[in-house]
Parts: sequence; structure tokens; C-alpha cells
Amino acid sequence: MLLALREATVRFGGRAVLDAVDLEVAQHEIVCVLGPSGSGKSTLLRAVAGLQPLDSGRVMLDGHDQAGLPAHRRGVGLMFQDHQLFPQRDVGGNVAFGLRMHGEPKRRQAERVQELLDLVGLPGARRRAVAALSGGEQQRVALARALAPSPRLLMLDEPLGQLDRSLRERLVVELKELFGRLGTTVLAVTHDQGEAFALADRVVVMRDGRIAQSGTPLEVWQRPADAFVARFLGFENVVEATVGTEAADTPWGKVPVPEDAPQGTRTLLVRPAGVRLVPADVGLRCTVAARTFRGTHVTVHLQPPDAPRLEAACALRDAPETGDEVGVEFDAAEIVVLA
Amino acid sequence: MDLTRTEVAARRRGAAARFGLLAAPVAFFAVFFAYPVAAIVARGLKTDGTWHLARIGEVLAQSDVRHVLWFTTWQALVSTALTLLVALPGAYVFARFDFPGKQVLRAVVTVPFVLPTVVVGTAFLALVGRGGLLDELWGVRLDTTVWAILLAHVFFNYAVVVRTVGGLWAQLDPRQEEAARMLGASQLKAWRQVTLPALAPAVAAAALMVFLFTFTSFGVVQILGGPTFSTLEVEIYRQTSEIFDLSTAAVLTLIQFAAVGAILAVHAWTVRRRETALRLVDASVTARRPRGAGQWALLGGVLVTVAVLLVLPLAVLVQRSLDAPGFGYYRALTSEDGGVFLVPPIEAIGNSLSYAVAATLIAVLIGGLAAIALTRRDAGRFVRGFDALLMLPLGVSAVTVGFGFLISLDEPPLDLRSSWILVPLAQALVGVPFVVRTMLPVLRAVDVRLREAASVLGASPWRVWREVDLPLVRRALLIAAGFAFAVSLGEFGATVFIARPDRPTLPVAVARLLGRPGDFNYGQAMALSTILMVVCAVALLVLERLRTDRTGEF
Repeated sequence: MLLALREATVRFGGRAVLDAVDLEVAQHEIVCVLGPSGSGKSTLLRAVAGLQPLDSGRVMLDGHDQAGLPAHRRGVGLMFQDHQLFPQRDVGGNVAFGLRMHGEPKRRQAERVQELLDLVGLPGARRRAVAALSGGEQQRVALARALAPSPRLLMLDEPLGQLDRSLRERLVVELKELFGRLGTTVLAVTHDQGEAFALADRVVVMRDGRIAQSGTPLEVWQRPADAFVARFLGFENVVEATVGTEAADTPWGKVPVPEDAPQGTRTLLVRPAGVRLVPADVGLRCTVAARTFRGTHVTVHLQPPDAPRLEAACALRDAPETGDEVGVEFDAAEIVVLA
Repeated sequence: MDLTRTEVAARRRGAAARFGLLAAPVAFFAVFFAYPVAAIVARGLKTDGTWHLARIGEVLAQSDVRHVLWFTTWQALVSTALTLLVALPGAYVFARFDFPGKQVLRAVVTVPFVLPTVVVGTAFLALVGRGGLLDELWGVRLDTTVWAILLAHVFFNYAVVVRTVGGLWAQLDPRQEEAARMLGASQLKAWRQVTLPALAPAVAAAALMVFLFTFTSFGVVQILGGPTFSTLEVEIYRQTSEIFDLSTAAVLTLIQFAAVGAILAVHAWTVRRRETALRLVDASVTARRPRGAGQWALLGGVLVTVAVLLVLPLAVLVQRSLDAPGFGYYRALTSEDGGVFLVPPIEAIGNSLSYAVAATLIAVLIGGLAAIALTRRDAGRFVRGFDALLMLPLGVSAVTVGFGFLISLDEPPLDLRSSWILVPLAQALVGVPFVVRTMLPVLRAVDVRLREAASVLGASPWRVWREVDLPLVRRALLIAAGFAFAVSLGEFGATVFIARPDRPTLPVAVARLLGRPGDFNYGQAMALSTILMVVCAVALLVLERLRTDRTGEF
């Protein structure tokens, strides 16, 4: 394992920001830590970088305990959320910084800087002032700077957080390709699930300093570990239910469940695609409270009598108007019984 | 559990580094400030091994001492009020208006602050004194009245208000006021409800600094006050060097010490208030050209004030120094006169410059180390307390320090009485607070994560400082050095005691010339003051070019 955290714990004034976290990252793997702000994901990166001492537990790199080893001797790279480019140096000076610190000869530095600026798509920017760069360009320079000393592990703190949406979507594809080509081992943190799913080989969801779930993007998306993960991923139809052999008792009435579902009192997730709209006199009777246009489909918010709201996804031309009365039926294939 | 031990060791290393950084400044202040001041207080109040604290009550009961106390306080209050009245419109004009020649005018306004008190005293003597400009024109003499002192104090401290208040004012986001206007506040109301509360701490801080400087005023009052007016500091000087009543001097020193301590405590409190979150923007975007008759009139008024109050005295000083035909006064400075001086007065320039270079080096080293130690994020309560202590030399009687040097640094291992280093040491003491105040805000503004970014890229802590901090504070360091240089050039109160008769500094030479009768000596004093002013002004103009941020306190 390139990186291994063993029960890593960091406390700020009694509160555990990292609470006995175990995490492993293999060579060439891209791992994304996903979580709301305050879940401890930035602290996790800082602990690995050596910027935040652990209160207990350990950080291992290539099997070596990093305790007491200061940040500048750990050989990992960290790209900061707001880039933190050195304002008094030009683009070339920023990218060359790590190489200078490692005592690379001048000629080698110049070659490597050019190589990296080509790589991130800024071939002519060597002499430019960092203050004159756009947000996207700054992000590229920060990436080039972090990659320049060839760190064994590259860490990214909200790498695309401050960029606008279209740029973000383009860059995330570029990053994924680049890391694949270079074989870079990456540990990134983000609060944006779209970013995490697009970038990562493996997603780790954090909550209150603990790891709530870890798996491939597909696994996490298909089978959220618990109600927290499901809600964090944007699912609203999550309720307590009593699961039987073929159906579950929920506030919305009887809901069919997949055959192999675990039984008993469970949390039930109904994906919006599993909420089928039917005429009002069939199924669960609901009022359309609101509708949100999503581009490819419409999310319809349904208010059943005496039960939590339901979210349904439907095609644009089938979507009912606000105030309409509709019926609801459930599709067992889109229903997940959470552990 | 090995791990916890290593982490603890790392934290201990941090504490050790902090202690190492602070050791030099602490030792410096202990030996060259606390010890001499304590020694002179002991000399005054302790005889045959017993303290005579009753002496404090006796001295305070004397009516002439009470008179000095009363005068010191009220002149400082009036000076402060006058300075605010005159300088606040100036602060507004500099903060919010854009006009041609603004940069030059800003430099002109700042020149008086770095001028030696002796020069200011001389300049006002030339303007309002016997045979001065007003005397010639209208037969008006102010040098026997308190007005000369008050005007000189305004002259001196105009820049403090313009810089402290104007600097903040320029960075206040005008959109805050606009937001208030949109919510229905009138222009005046928006200013009163939004801008004024944001400015109030800066105004308070500026007022306290002016009060501190005028409360401890020495050179100005010594020259303009005559026999009638005397501040605590002047009285300490008189008791020490003329009447040789050390116990009275010691009591007065203690009183001044207490007063200055109280002022600094209030100042530290307002500074903390000022550091609370304000929305600051780049100063260059808030200023615009004046609009309408009212704003042009305001700008005109400020320009006239600057011309009459700040430029005129200096112009008169230069004119008076040129009164003798063929630069007579200047040429006279180069000849030995055998009387008061053992050397030609002109040699004072070389003395002053070499002392100032040495004092600047010491002040930058000590002040720089202190500032670095104070910036560390793990700085504890003790360190923060030291921050306030560093300001004390600004207000503690320089005369006491000077005389304290003489009586305390006279035996091995610290027998420095005959060493040239004594003068730069005393001058550096006054320079250190300026260095700390200039560097601290800049060092504190360096983003911690910038340092972390360097460290993750492989820079050791020392490398981080050199690569990240130093380039960002280089400018501040130069500015700090410039202030220390100007302060040391102008230092008078301590230097007058410890400068050797054959190595006078410029201010000391000016004061000696003024102390002798006759127009010829008077003219030479004007000439020497002019030279000193030019040296200080040049130092300042170099600084002005370096200075980009205008939020500093001085």
C-alpha cells in the first residue's frame, strides 16, 4: 500500500475532527474523499501532508511510519483549495519551486517546467505573473507546481471548487486522463459528488470525522451504506420501513422490495426513477407541490396525505402541473433496502 | 506510543524556536532599557539601602511639580484635539479624492513626522519667534505663548492622523455606505451609521498616539517653551542636568512611566478592536475626483492648511539659514570655534550618519526578531504581553534612559561609558517599536497556507522563511529600516546625555548653537537644522517610493 492510515485521530479542543480513520490508497489509484464541509476531509489531507500532527494513530507511506517527519521531507504533493501560488514569482518560478527545493540542476528545472506547462496546456505562460492568470489558469499552474517534483502521492483539496461549472466539468475529464496517463496516485477531497464520481476509482464518504462508506463510484451510487450517505448523494425518498418478504410497510403504504432484501426494521431508499406516476384514482394519491426542471428530465415533488414528500423523475412531456392530483406506484427495481 | 512522544518533541521544538527568537530582544530590553531605568529610579529613591517611597508624596505635594503635571496633561489634550480637528479633513481628502500631485503631497505631509524635534522647534522659532517672520511682518511673537508649542505639535502629528485614519478610510468599501443609502439612510446618516463606527477605533488609536507623543514632548518644548512652560520630560531633564535633584527626577520618571503605561494599554485595546473584521478593499479603487463646489472647497482648504502649517515653517527655516551673504552660516559650520564645540559643527553630520547606520542595524535585528516571534501562530499570552512592552520606549522618558545609561553601564562587564556604541544603543531602543509596528502587520498578513504550500514542496522551515516570508516583507523591512534611521537621526533626549562632547550629533549640535547668544549662532543653528531636515526628508522620500500599502500605523 502506498498510503495507509491506521486509526488516525485529530482532536481540536476535545472534538475529534478525524476519528480513528483507517484508509488505504494503492499505487496508481485515484481515491476521492467525499463529504460535507466540516466532515474532516481537509484535515485528513493535512495529516497525511504532515501539516497537522495526529493525536493518535499513524500515517504510513510505502510502509514507513511518518510520525515526527516534517512536511518538507514526506515527498507528497498537495494542491491547495485556493491554489496558494507564490504572488512574487512568475508562473515558471512557481512551477520550478519544488524542483529548486530538491536541488535539481538549473537546466533540468527549465526542461521540467516546460514539460509540465505543456502538459497542463499553458505552453507559453512561463514568464507570466500569477496575478494576471484567470481562475482556470491558476488551477493549471497549481497542478503543474504540485506535479513538478514527481511526488509519490498527489493530494488535491477541492481541486475545482472555485471554478465555474462548465470549466469544472471540462477540467475533471482532463485531470482524469492526465492522471491515468502519468500513473499518478491521487488522494482528492471534494464536497461535489459529480466531481468525485467523475474523477475517482474509489470514493470514500466521510461524516463527522469517520468514514461512512468506501467503494467504487458505481457501488456507492447503487447501494448507499446508510441514510446519511443516501441523503448526501441527493436522494430525498429515504424512510424507516418494516421490510417483509415481498413488500415493506412505509408511511407511503406497501412498497415492493427486491427479492433478496434483508428483512426487519430498515431504512428504505426509493430512487426518483422508481416513483411512477399513474392516474389519480390508482395507487397512492398525491398533490404536485413543485416541479424542478433538470434539463434531461423534470423532478416532481409530490405531497401525499400524512406522509413525507416524494420525489419523482419524469420525462418533460409527461410531467404534471403544480397543483395536479396524481397517483403513485413503486418500482421494486429502483428500491434499495439500506443496511 | 512512540508516536505521541515524537509529536510532543515536535511541539517542544516549536517552543524552543520561539524562545530562541525572543531571547535576543528580551535580553536587549532587559539590559539597555529596564536596567538603566531601574538604576536611575533606585539612585533617586534609595539611600543607604532603604527605599524612600515617601519621597513620591513629598514631590507630588510641591506646587511647581503639580503645575508641570497639569500643564503636561492639558497641552497634550489640547494638542491632540487641535491635531484631530485640522488633520481629519486631510485624512478624508487623502482617502477619498483623486487629484494631481497626490503622491507628492502625501510625502510632503509625512516629512514633519520624521523630522527631529529640534528642527521643528527651530523652524517654529524662525516663524513665530523673536525676529521671526510674523515678528517682521506684523510684530507678532508667539514663542512666549503656549500657541507656538501647540502649533508645533499639530505640525508634528498631522501625518499620524492622516496615515492611521486615512489609510483605513481609503480601504473601507464604499459599497457599505451605498448599501445603507439603499436602505433609506441619508448621506450624512449613512456616514454616521456605517463609516464613523468603522473609523472610530482608528481615530481613537491615532488620538492616543498623538497624545502619547505630545505628553512626552521634549525637544519642541525645550526650545519653544522658554522658562514658563515645561512638560514632565523637560522637567526631568532640568532636575537631572541642571538642579541635580535625582530623587525628584526619579519620582517624575515614575509618574511618566505610569501615565505612558496607561496610554499604551488603552492603545493596545483599540488596536485589537481595529483588527476586528472590516470589509477592506484596495485603496486605489475608492478614490475619485472631487465633485461639486463643496468638495473642491474642502480640497482647497486642506491644501492651504498644509501650505501654511507644514510647508511655511520649513520654508522660513531654509530662508533664515540663507540670510547671511554667501552661505555664511553654512561656511561657519566648517570652522572650529573652540567655544562650545571641540570640533567644527559640520562633523556632526558624519557622526549622526554613522550612529544612525549602527542604530538602524541594531533596531532592525532586534525588532525583526521580535516581530517574527510575535507572528508565530502559537504565540501565547506571554508573547502577546511582550508586544505591548515593546512600545514602552516610545513613551518612557528618553532623558531618563540616557542618564540611566551613564550611571548603570559604567562597570565591567558592561562598561560602555566611553564606547561609541552607547549612542546607537540608546537610539535603537526608540527605533525598535517602529520596526515592530511596521513589520508585524505585514508578517501577520502572510497566508499561513502559502508557507504550508512551500513546505509541502520540500522547503525546510528556514527555506520557507527565505522563500516566502522574506520576499513579501522585504519592502516592509526597508521601510522599517528607514524609520529607525530617521528616528535615530532625530533622537535628542537620550543622546544629549551620552554623546561625547567631541562627537555631537546633529540635533545636539543644533541645541548647543541655539543655547548660545547672538545672531551668528542662531543662523548656524538654522543652517544645521536645514541640513538635518534635508537628510531626513531624503530618507523619507526614498521610503515613500517603497511604500505601497498604507495601512501601517506611522
